Amino acid sequence: MRAGIVSYGTYIPRFRLSVEEIAKVWGENPDNVKAGLGVYEKSVPDLDEDTATISVEAAREAIERGEINPERIGAIFVGSESHPYVVKPTATIVGDAIGCGNRFHAGDFEFACKAGTAGIQACMGMVKSGMIEFGLAIGADTSQSAPGDPLEYSASAGGAAFVVGKKRVIAEIEETLSFTSDTPDFWRREGQPYPSHGGRFTGIPAYFRHVTSAATQIMEKTGYKPSDFNYAVFHQPNGKFPVRAARILGFTKEQIAQGLVVGYIGNTYSGSSVIGFSAVLDIAKPGDKILLVSFGSGAGSDAFIFNVTDLIENYPRVPAVWDKINSGITVDYGTYLKLRKKIRLKG
Amino acid sequence: MVERGDRMIPRFWRKIKYRYDIVGSVCENCGSKFYPPRNFCPICRRRSKIKEQRFNGRGKVLSYTIVHDTPDEFKLNKPYIVALIELDDGPIITSQVVCNPEEIEVGMRVVKTFRKYFEDGEDGVIYYGTKFVPEKIATNAKNF
Amino acid sequence: MERVAIIGVGQSKFGELWDKGFREIVLRAGIDALEDAGLEGKEIEAMYVGNMSGGRYLAQEHIAALIADYSGLSEMGIPSTRVEGADASGGLALRQAYLSVASGLHDVVIAAGAEKVTDVGSEMTTDIMASSADREWEGFVGATIPALYALMARMHFTRYGTTPEDLALISVKNHKNGVLNPKAQFRREISVDDVLNSPFVAEPLRLLDCAPLSDGAAAIILANERVAKEYTDSPVYIKACTQASDYLALQNREDITTMRAVRIAAVMAYGQAGLTPEDIDVVELHDSFTIAELIAYEDLGFVEKGRGAELIREGITSLKGSLPTNPSGGLKACGHAIGATGIRQAVEITYQLRGKAGKRQVEAETGLSLNIGGTGATAVVTIYEIG
Repeated sequence: MRAGIVSYGTYIPRFRLSVEEIAKVWGENPDNVKAGLGVYEKSVPDLDEDTATISVEAAREAIERGEINPERIGAIFVGSESHPYVVKPTATIVGDAIGCGNRFHAGDFEFACKAGTAGIQACMGMVKSGMIEFGLAIGADTSQSAPGDPLEYSASAGGAAFVVGKKRVIAEIEETLSFTSDTPDFWRREGQPYPSHGGRFTGIPAYFRHVTSAATQIMEKTGYKPSDFNYAVFHQPNGKFPVRAARILGFTKEQIAQGLVVGYIGNTYSGSSVIGFSAVLDIAKPGDKILLVSFGSGAGSDAFIFNVTDLIENYPRVPAVWDKINSGITVDYGTYLKLRKKIRLKG
Repeated sequence: MVERGDRMIPRFWRKIKYRYDIVGSVCENCGSKFYPPRNFCPICRRRSKIKEQRFNGRGKVLSYTIVHDTPDEFKLNKPYIVALIELDDGPIITSQVVCNPEEIEVGMRVVKTFRKYFEDGEDGVIYYGTKFVPEKIATNAKNF
Repeated sequence: MERVAIIGVGQSKFGELWDKGFREIVLRAGIDALEDAGLEGKEIEAMYVGNMSGGRYLAQEHIAALIADYSGLSEMGIPSTRVEGADASGGLALRQAYLSVASGLHDVVIAAGAEKVTDVGSEMTTDIMASSADREWEGFVGATIPALYALMARMHFTRYGTTPEDLALISVKNHKNGVLNPKAQFRREISVDDVLNSPFVAEPLRLLDCAPLSDGAAAIILANERVAKEYTDSPVYIKACTQASDYLALQNREDITTMRAVRIAAVMAYGQAGLTPEDIDVVELHDSFTIAELIAYEDLGFVEKGRGAELIREGITSLKGSLPTNPSGGLKACGHAIGATGIRQAVEITYQLRGKAGKRQVEAETGLSLNIGGTGATAVVTIYEIG
């Protein structure tokens, strides 16, 4: 059997901040923003949540649903651009929290929004080579954006965790391919609280070049056409880019609809494409073929072709990602500032 | 809590396993269950046969308080809820419950969640542990 | 066992004593006790000191040596011992002193309690007090001492129908008594509305449900019967001094609406003294929080479990009632000088039994004091009788 996803779990913080709230504060027209970005509201983490807590909750869901014995997990990789520590890994916090003992490989990944899928590839390699029985790959973020910056409408929090293995696979990985280059479209220097970006440069030379190249090349390599796929999930920095990428590549609106979560939870960065992928798995049927293409600034895309197996029928998929998305609690801008600690307190 | 630079890192590290998840002890001699963990059964004393036990993360609120006068490290979280929770497995745990103060009530069903408790300032260690959320709003309802 | 009597008492004013250091307040209390007893000082054979946290409040350990030094007792080389049981430290010192005389080991000893909390900031003061609970499993999750008592209060409300108004009445009573006590920190009356409108500390407990942490010191001199009669016509005999323990963390206790340590110590004390709760005329008890006083009514056997509110509602425990409690104003109005409180309670009972309590005098021949550590893991019960 090929290596693939054995189990998956997600976590989305409950608070939501609407585009109306943000636009009101900065004197912008919310309808223009919604039309321009395709985002309506975003998730906001609570004061006591961070990438580590989100990773643990997503991982626990994956382990519980897949009935995995944590001690058989041989590797944990957490991909994020908001690890709680710059030096000290999130993967070890997850390891102790899920009770997987001490015999596991671990490391944190950073590759902007595609650090989670990079982790899936690493687990895949270790599983296929027989180094480990199960690997745990997590993409999670609690990304910060500067107040008043357009990114504020979309930068949000959430994560997804995947157990990768060769046994009891519910979605096998038929092929994976990465397209990578050194492209400074979006970055954050050491010590800076907020990222910087190249404005419109983040579009064609960055997102679109890598996403379409990876998608085109993986289809060339495997001989598939867009119509061979039941679903496609692209990285979602906003509601426009993935729709345009789909159109460029020849995918339909119906194929991308289930995985298009950004409008209601914002861009969860390393959680973005993988939460979308999880939403697809929630309704996928045996035999379905899924294309997943992530994108991380800096820049690169990881493309995957998944084939859903029969085992997904007995796999517990409740509560579904869309249930979680739809059970948010609204907060106002002031509360959001406090929760995201953008107000500097004395001492 | 204690002054900066005096946080006793090894002391809290030793208990990570028991705080990140609800891991306590059971005495195989008398069957008593304990949380926090103990090395010694207070009922059996020298006849103790203590083993580690992970407890189910579901329970109900026995009593609660909403803390307004908060210690330094919880200043941002004010007001927060501290509750005595009786786990379905038996032991009673003191923990925080994350919900609106208007929602909490005696008898409410809750499930565990992994959260950050506090940080040792901007450059110190982050202390994680187990808190609880109301069962009816837990998004990972199956996750216990 | 020897009969043990209190022959001299003294205490400092309690409060924010900015211009007095630790040494001065202890010394003052000790000298007052010696004067009260008519002793020069050389008669003292041993000292027992209750102090919760010299180490964190003053960065000073070896408190017993410090006090013995400055009170002239180490000049004579006498043994000086500090005992600690959170805010029951004073009660523990009293009991150790009592045992040393009752056993025949010493004839005359001094028991002192002292705490200086205002040399550090108030955040620190509260945090240090929080170390009387379980730091790792209660403190870690943000369960402050008021929060723990609040958990007890809510359980008592839910199970027995006690109300915030019942608790407020206790605070009102103690403040009213404090007006009559020149050494109390707070000497103004408050109303039930004042209490119910004060800000929440940890719901359902409000600011005026909680005793303040204060500076203060108190001292008592104990002697055996033979020596006591040489020095005083009105020795106050200690008929029983008992102590008990309970699990430290609230979550490990059987029933948080009761303090098992208090019940155990009280039963033992009544037994040793050959008395029942009905025989007690006056009580000084540990109202670190109003709910603690109410629960103590029940655990000391003055009323059935769950019916503590009746005593306060019916005025039974007010100064003019049939069982006046905290005639001094209690911890609430006197101020809670942590390690000193247990000894201060003994000082007050002594004044009451001697008929020297001024405007707050009640009719009493037999008294009881209750000193509690933290949320009840340590309890000391002492029964006194005028000789």
